[in-house]
Amino acid sequence: MDPNYKIALLENIILMAAMLLGTLATAMLRQFIKAAIALAFTSVVLCILMFKLAAPWAAVFELSVCAGLITVVFISAVSLVRPATEEERAAHVRFKVRRYFLLPVVLLAVGCGLSYMPVRPLPLLATTELVTDMRALLWGPRALDLLGQILVLLAGVWGVVILFKEET
Amino acid sequence: MPSLLVILPLLAVLLLNLPLNFLRRLAQPAALLFAVYQALFALQVLPAGCTGCPTHERWFVNVLDPLTSVLLLAIAIVMFAAVCVLRATASDEKHGFNALNLMLLAVAGMNGLVMVRDLFSLYIFLEIASVSSFLLIAAQRDMGGLEGAFKYLVMSALATMMMLASIGLLLAYSGSTKFMVVAEALHAHGSHGYLLTAIGLFLGGLLIKSGVVPFHGWLPDAYAAAPAAASTLLAGIVTKCTGVYTLIRLVQDVFGPAVATQQLLLIFGALSVVVGALAALGQSDLKRLLAYSSISQVGYILLGLGVCGSANKFAAQLGVAGAVFHLFNHAIFKTLLFVNAAAVEKQTGTRDMNRLGGLAQKMPITGLTSLLAMFATAGVPPLAGFWSKLLIIAALWLAGLHGYAVLGIAASLLTLAYFLSMQRRVFFGLLRPEFAHVREAGWALTVPSLLLAAILVGVGLALPWLIGSFLLPVKGF
Amino acid sequence: MNLIALFMPFGIFIALMAVVGLYCLIVTRDMLRILLALEIITKAVTLLLIVGGAISGQMALAQTLVLTLIVIEVVVMVTAAGIVIAVFKHTGTLDVRRLRSLKG
Repeated sequence: MDPNYKIALLENIILMAAMLLGTLATAMLRQFIKAAIALAFTSVVLCILMFKLAAPWAAVFELSVCAGLITVVFISAVSLVRPATEEERAAHVRFKVRRYFLLPVVLLAVGCGLSYMPVRPLPLLATTELVTDMRALLWGPRALDLLGQILVLLAGVWGVVILFKEET
Repeated sequence: MPSLLVILPLLAVLLLNLPLNFLRRLAQPAALLFAVYQALFALQVLPAGCTGCPTHERWFVNVLDPLTSVLLLAIAIVMFAAVCVLRATASDEKHGFNALNLMLLAVAGMNGLVMVRDLFSLYIFLEIASVSSFLLIAAQRDMGGLEGAFKYLVMSALATMMMLASIGLLLAYSGSTKFMVVAEALHAHGSHGYLLTAIGLFLGGLLIKSGVVPFHGWLPDAYAAAPAAASTLLAGIVTKCTGVYTLIRLVQDVFGPAVATQQLLLIFGALSVVVGALAALGQSDLKRLLAYSSISQVGYILLGLGVCGSANKFAAQLGVAGAVFHLFNHAIFKTLLFVNAAAVEKQTGTRDMNRLGGLAQKMPITGLTSLLAMFATAGVPPLAGFWSKLLIIAALWLAGLHGYAVLGIAASLLTLAYFLSMQRRVFFGLLRPEFAHVREAGWALTVPSLLLAAILVGVGLALPWLIGSFLLPVKGF
Repeated sequence: MNLIALFMPFGIFIALMAVVGLYCLIVTRDMLRILLALEIITKAVTLLLIVGGAISGQMALAQTLVLTLIVIEVVVMVTAAGIVIAVFKHTGTLDVRRLRSLKG
């Protein structure tokens, strides 16, 4: 195998391992704010990974929207709800220990299972219609997606109107 | 022009929200007008397919096959009924207006959904319809609605993640998300484990979206908790479009009738038919009963689709035609039942069947159309539901799946049982004294009821014409 | 070229992340954490789409898909957060075990 490819692969694997740690922290950190920040960290690593996989535009979006906006959404949400009492926190910790002890076992099993699973090779298909210019793609064949985005955003606007507006 | 079906609702939403007061009063008539336009458009292209439609269409090219046209027609009819229900039941003008906007967005999403031929665009329109539905359910901000919406949202998000994962796997292999390209690529190495994983993920997501047993937990909550108009739209068409239609479309156009797919559909279909019907027997809330009945009827559609890979070509064609026909019929009679449930709730203030009774004397139109819808669902000839169930059961029998065919007939009796129980508890029997002054609901609820009942009878009687002109042309395999 | 050899190193990590998200989704009882779990799964799927594009050479396509996916993700999350906050205003708790009014 090409040595350059091997180095790139190793880097990608290190990044993905960091991402996996980020998701674990998101799932298990006790304080919600910290968990939300761990999710933002996961997003940042994903952004670097996307950049390395030659997807700069998607990476920028991931960084600004996912690591930025969604973290803001989560943190504002948690600040709008009442913080948990000490008693509830303690109950939460006991609950965590009890509920999450299976997770490493499951992860190990899935990881080993997938690594040692015999899979027949599958040939890569030669792609017929390769488009490399993202702008041409987005405004040409995939313009329908833009229309869809407008509709989704409108639905989101109504969501904010309905769910956040104070009753008078 | 097919694109107009997506763009007009979008424009309507934008225009209606200009800060001009008289526009708000135009909202409901405009929505009804759009529904009529869409129904006429669908009827016009239904027999001919897309031979006459313009070729310079930018977004949707050659999309009007019979399956899509049937769905467009169903969406239009259900939307019409839902807007009428909204008019009759909206608690105040503001809520009514919000709900109407969301309905228009949901319809735009569904129209796009049935017309796209690209996996990722499909996901986008699916999400438009779903987000609008979450908000329709939660619109009153009452506890039940919020809870139903949250459950629906979580299950739906999980389902769409499965579909996206599948899209990612297929993209790596075929380098495209277009139905045709992916289908060709799958044709080459269809039985490879990697591709089977991709197909399984997508089908799993769609089964969750259709509310098939054992992924049905969210469905009764969402249906029962939603405001009347929202539950009409949701039960009538949204879950059918986002789940069942997409399943039929993808099995037909992309994944093909593989043996594993067929088994999956048959098993989950049979499970839903039986469990849905049994659970419906035990309900006392009218809308929950209808929701479980939906689960059971979706099972029939899956059974019909499950014949698609049969060696008997005629059976396969019959099965798919039956599935599509039942999808349409189900949209009509379930909408009718939800309109009537809205009428009962509005006039009496309750949906608890143990507290109702004898309403047929006071609400003759609602009682009679409910009876019709119930016979249609259970499959009593010559109503529409009888023919579609007959097609499905005949297809199962011809394909050699005798067990499933018998199961289908037996579950039909269960359907009759739970509906008779409902009819007895709500419309027949003694009228309770507190309902002595109940009157028939206003025209906004009786007109759609009568219209839908007329469609049920009409489609049943016109079957000989329908079967040749558009049921069998629905592509077989 | 063998797709499986190219895909597997990525595929395993993506699967593991999805498992973490799913596990969290199943065991957690806090509505906001359910949303975090969904976000974890979304991250895994986003990576999968990009990897899909990288393997098939359709990087531009994969990027447009991810852009749209992110927009939709935000809308869904805002909606979900709105629902959670509205639930909290009703009940004063985020524990899903209290959401039993609809059982039956």
